[in-house]
Amino acid sequence: MTAISARDVIVDFPIYGLRSRSLKNMVIRAATGGMLARDASERVVVRALDGVSFEFREGDRVGIVGHNGSGKTTLLRVIAGAYEPVSGAIETEGRIAAMLSITLGMDPEATGYENIFLRAAIMGLKPREVATMVSEIREFSELGDYIDMPVRMYSSGMSMRLAFAISTCIAADIILMDEWLSVGDPAFREKAQLRLRRLVDQARILVLASNDERLIRDNCNRIMRLSHGKMIALENI
Amino acid sequence: MLSAPPSRFRLALRDLKDGIRSIHVWPTLGWLEIKQRYRRSMLGPFWLTISTGFMIAIMGPLYGKMFGQPVSSYFLYLAISFVVWILVSGLINDSCTAFIQAESYIKQTKLPLTVYVLRTVWKNFLIFAHNLAIVVLVLVYFQPRMDWHLALVPLAVLTIFVNGIWSGILLGLICARFRDIPPVVSSLVQVAFFLTPIFWTPSMLGRHQWAADLNPLFHYMEIVRRPLMGQDPSLLSWGVVLAITFSGFALMLALFQRFRGRIAYWV
Repeated sequence: MTAISARDVIVDFPIYGLRSRSLKNMVIRAATGGMLARDASERVVVRALDGVSFEFREGDRVGIVGHNGSGKTTLLRVIAGAYEPVSGAIETEGRIAAMLSITLGMDPEATGYENIFLRAAIMGLKPREVATMVSEIREFSELGDYIDMPVRMYSSGMSMRLAFAISTCIAADIILMDEWLSVGDPAFREKAQLRLRRLVDQARILVLASNDERLIRDNCNRIMRLSHGKMIALENI
Repeated sequence: MLSAPPSRFRLALRDLKDGIRSIHVWPTLGWLEIKQRYRRSMLGPFWLTISTGFMIAIMGPLYGKMFGQPVSSYFLYLAISFVVWILVSGLINDSCTAFIQAESYIKQTKLPLTVYVLRTVWKNFLIFAHNLAIVVLVLVYFQPRMDWHLALVPLAVLTIFVNGIWSGILLGLICARFRDIPPVVSSLVQVAFFLTPIFWTPSMLGRHQWAADLNPLFHYMEIVRRPLMGQDPSLLSWGVVLAITFSGFALMLALFQRFRGRIAYWV
């Protein structure tokens, strides 16, 4: 059963100024105390998520809205498992496709073909699984013989097409998206939308962060409002 | 429905286990790093072999003369020592950046953190494998006495590999938090290069040979070097290395289980 549950998730980003991060100050603090100590131990934290709790179940299409810095991306990364909450707990069940940075792991010096395996490895796919999808990815991204050329030679549109094709090549139970993905020229974009739509429809849970209310209304059945790291509303639409 | 979360210790062990098991990730990433360095060069990673070989070919006769050593045995000694040192020092230096370097991965994916450590360990082993060609060449040329002791070489190399794991996690974690540590470590490694018997042998110290024994890195060199030189294995060296390996893992686990979840915030 696919599900995401969070209980009182708190995420603090420590801001290590030039002061507290250096060992020198720790040593000085230990040795001197007093006036310097106040300076050195001053640790500023930014509370990115503040006591967020929710339950997402199968069929949920959740849109996360909030102003810049409200914690949308952080929440996605917490669900993806990259950040562990400082306190509280998060639990996910099901295969997650985190489409937060679709080019992560790609190397411009490697060929398109090599990059398929590189990117897929970061996505948690095994070479055996990837091998069956190479021709499909190549066809979809319309790269043709460019697939054997270093990605460095690609136009930015071409490398995005490749990244998109790889990142969307496998079905997942949970899809996390930071803004709706959209790549390529108009013709490709249409094709890409169909593919993404199909992937999203197959997924059991979608979590989409965006500031585009219309996009959220079109694609989601629940909406979560974040403000300054706090969840101020979670409603059905 | 949230069940009781597994203990931090269990999570740390799981990270290690899953990381080691991700054999479709870390060897690829490690090899990629070497390929990146030599992209578009004709000889590619064999430049590693060539530059090490060049160094040894020049330094061998020079230092041999300086120390008044017989050429063949000194050359053999230096070649092996130098290649092993590149492995050991490379592992220590790269340990510091294991997590820092993987920042973009760590912040966006859920791969076990051990993967990034294994990637740097693997990279250093690939460099070692390239340099091994020099050792083989020198062995074939000088033909020292070789016997069953040679079987200890793979075991010793594997031991160093395993040590790379704990040092990578431990130093990687500390260096991610305290950015002053990497330069400290690299200058210590630089000093260790001269302090460790690589160019010189402990016997040159005369009655002060014990000084070499105090250096833990000396023992790491010895477990690989002795069997290749046709010498009997040193129980002391193996003892020291194994003791460091176990205590290193214990220390690493103590810190890793405590701070594993913080690394994403530090890098």
